[in-house]
Amino acid sequence: MRERQAFRGARRAREFEAFVAGAAGRLLHAATLLTAESPGDNPRARRLLALSLAHTYASWHRLRGEDPYDHARRQLAVRFAHGFQYHRDGLAPALLRQRARPAAADGGVLCALTPQQRLVLVLRLYEGVAEEQTAALLGLPAERVRAICARATTALLRPPRGPARTVAEAAPS
Amino acid sequence: MTRPIRKEDMVRRLLEEGPAPSVPPELYADTVRRGDRMLRRRTAARRLLWLLLVAAATAFLVWASVARPWVQPPSDTTPPLTGW
Repeated sequence: MRERQAFRGARRAREFEAFVAGAAGRLLHAATLLTAESPGDNPRARRLLALSLAHTYASWHRLRGEDPYDHARRQLAVRFAHGFQYHRDGLAPALLRQRARPAAADGGVLCALTPQQRLVLVLRLYEGVAEEQTAALLGLPAERVRAICARATTALLRPPRGPARTVAEAAPS
Repeated sequence: MTRPIRKEDMVRRLLEEGPAPSVPPELYADTVRRGDRMLRRRTAARRLLWLLLVAAATAFLVWASVARPWVQPPSDTTPPLTGW
């Protein structure tokens, strides 16, 4: 029994090492996009990734044919969502917006977006998860996911500088 | 219809092209350490639950064999028949 457990443990360690070597780069990039940190200084993204991968490692034998990358990505999304939902509950929206502003100085690509917009955008466009799966993962209706994604895309491509400018830009097209 | 798709492609490129963060070398060891701790904790919790279950079952058996709740208690509502 002990021998068998040791054998299973060794196999898990081997397989998991290969998985981390292959997937950690992309997952860390996704995590860094989520936390809107700069690629050079991303302690929150690293912590998020380490926790998600640890969970994947712990349930390695229970995946039973499920893609470990998919599992790790889901963990990442759920943990990140839990983090910002937990913080949102205690704060007024205005305060949250104030808190979101200083993040703009961090230098991440998505720092102008809200955490939810970042989450949907990363899942849908960076990771290419289908709309229905994203909706199921986040517990939102698919239409809402589409709306958030569209709003985030617009906000990202055309950062708001002022209402007059937006109207002037929208008129010719 | 083509417009949103083109915008999505632009965002996709924006996300892909950003400088990729370098994976810290201690990530694997750190992950395995946390994962092993998680597994150990799970095993301990499972053991504790089994232990509780066995203890509860034993306690119940001992109580049942002493109290014998299935034996009908002697009736004491009827007055004893005396003097006939």
